Amino acid sequence: MKIFLKLTFLFIIISSLTLSRVNAAGEQQELLKVDWSFKSFFGKFDRASLQRGYQVYTEVCASCHSLKHLSYRNLAEKGGPEFTELEAKAIASNFEVTDGPNSDGEMFERPAKLSDKFVMPYANVQEAIAANGGAYPPDMSVLVKARKGGANYIYSVLMGYDEPPAGMELDDGVYYNKYMYGNKIKMSSPLDDDIVEYADGTKATVDQMAKDVTTFLQWTAEPHLETRHKLGFRVIIYLSVLTVLVYFSMKKIWSRVETKV
Amino acid sequence: MSDHEYTPKSKVGKWFNDRLPLLTLANHLTDYPTPKNLNYWWTFGGILTFCLITQIITGIVLGMHYVAHADLAFQSVEHIMRDVNYGWLIRYVHANGASMFFLAVYIHIFRSLYYGSYKSPREVIWIIGMLIYFLMMATAFMGYVLPWGQMSFWGATVITNLFSAIPLVGESITNWLWGGYSVDNPTLTRFFSLHYLFPFLILGLVVLHIWALHVPGNNNPIGIDIKKPSKDTVPFHPYIVIKDAFALLIFLLIFAFFVFFSPNILGHADNYIEANPLVTPAHIVPEWYLLPFYAILRSVPDKLLGVIAMFAAIFVLVILPWLDTSKVRSTVFRPIYKQFYWFLVADVLILGYVGAMPAEGLYLLIARVATAYYFAHFLIILPFLGFKEKTTPIPLSITEPVLGGSADLAMARNNSGLKEKL
Repeated sequence: MKIFLKLTFLFIIISSLTLSRVNAAGEQQELLKVDWSFKSFFGKFDRASLQRGYQVYTEVCASCHSLKHLSYRNLAEKGGPEFTELEAKAIASNFEVTDGPNSDGEMFERPAKLSDKFVMPYANVQEAIAANGGAYPPDMSVLVKARKGGANYIYSVLMGYDEPPAGMELDDGVYYNKYMYGNKIKMSSPLDDDIVEYADGTKATVDQMAKDVTTFLQWTAEPHLETRHKLGFRVIIYLSVLTVLVYFSMKKIWSRVETKV
Repeated sequence: MSDHEYTPKSKVGKWFNDRLPLLTLANHLTDYPTPKNLNYWWTFGGILTFCLITQIITGIVLGMHYVAHADLAFQSVEHIMRDVNYGWLIRYVHANGASMFFLAVYIHIFRSLYYGSYKSPREVIWIIGMLIYFLMMATAFMGYVLPWGQMSFWGATVITNLFSAIPLVGESITNWLWGGYSVDNPTLTRFFSLHYLFPFLILGLVVLHIWALHVPGNNNPIGIDIKKPSKDTVPFHPYIVIKDAFALLIFLLIFAFFVFFSPNILGHADNYIEANPLVTPAHIVPEWYLLPFYAILRSVPDKLLGVIAMFAAIFVLVILPWLDTSKVRSTVFRPIYKQFYWFLVADVLILGYVGAMPAEGLYLLIARVATAYYFAHFLIILPFLGFKEKTTPIPLSITEPVLGGSADLAMARNNSGLKEKL
């Protein structure tokens, strides 16, 4: 078994090399750490938090940020916010989509259905940039996976608005953020206490909303996270049992030869 | 190849085997005499075969859903991740599978370096192996481009730009590779096409690799020539099969851990941002398994020389059988080489580390020293050591090691214990 100690050692070296790469490269400020419910081995989403997070997204973020890889049906799917199908249909019907051409060759507007993709806030990237002072509000579908630090980073940026340190000059439309790369961000602080009114009576503090919307964005980036964890656990158990069985078979077979395995 | 004639027992079997000796081949593979003292470092051949097959199968399924087009590639990957049944699993296995493949191939290569498996009469196995390794790197690089994220795009730009360093024809070659004047849709489609082709070339080379292995037979931890079949060998089946299976399962446990619990840790976050030719990422880094070569490339101030150094780093490995002048295969009997071997391992790990860091200041200095040492190891230390080094006594066979100088003292003790019992 000494060999496996060596293997593990090598494995640790290699993973620490990659990890250090992830952590290195110019991180100015230690990110805020949250004990997310979805992080651990058996991690799951907090369903209520996902639903609140969706509310924050629609009422606050959605005016600038798209979720172009999501469909309204996703809201009712297992492992997500799990709105009922009726609720999801009601949500979808709040949005207008262009469909067509119809039999007269005309495009027409209709309320969105479950099968429709999330409606985009802008017609195209150029319009988004023009409307936001030259900065493109990134699509949020996989934003959590697209940032070093993941959920903690998103949460930190939402919580990181502050007065700029003395001597720092900021242009018009540029804001100071402790955790943003380069400390400058073109999005003004999006959250204020009670900017949304939660249906479940949770108090809408900035911290609460930041947590909820980050949880929601983690789900949009990894819609199958819960299945992945569940299946992963089963796979590990299966492989472990099989490994033990094969180990003893190997011992038995090699006992015919006077060499150790 | 086989040491004895094989006749199938059944009539049908005999009829078929006389026309196409597949059963003889199967018999050869199961009976193949293998040194019985192979340790777990020898299980990586089987693990690598498994990795290749896994990559091919998952890759074929991904290819059914992926769209090789600059405007649609990123979206189609998200489609796989969200809407295709278990698409997330297939993609994560494929993406992490590449890393596990390289992890295994590096262990396999360093095992060969430690036990001198590249030496006569196994040079051809080694060279085919190096070809496989080279094709693997090309395949992995092109595969990383396919999701068309920021790192895909800029990684492709950096690497293909290397060819522009070639004097006179550099720019033409680069344009030819791109299929245009920058990395764009034609580049993506040809990378997809080649990424689909190369694994099958690798598969063919793997067959040759194994064929070439079965001519002289396996090397072994004490690196001596053995009689086959003899008391020193066991038939491949069931002995090696079950041992490989056990090692593969341990490997799969690590593999599964990555796939299910940290599937993105080995990738770069920027690759979840769609490719944008107008925005350059702060740091362009290749996947971890290419980092040592990336460090060598950047440690040379001149672009052309850097490219030459990078390819030379692989080429010295190809000619290694002739650079190492020592007749003794196993490092076990080479006390001085053993130390240099571990220096080399450390050197390559250091190169990998600085390859991930920005090429400036102390990192650049370390990269240069490590690059120089890398070449010195193969071009200076190895040729000289073969003449100068005083090796320790080598046993005559695996079952009867020289007492005291034995590679496997425990085995010697077991043997004497056995004799006493008899």
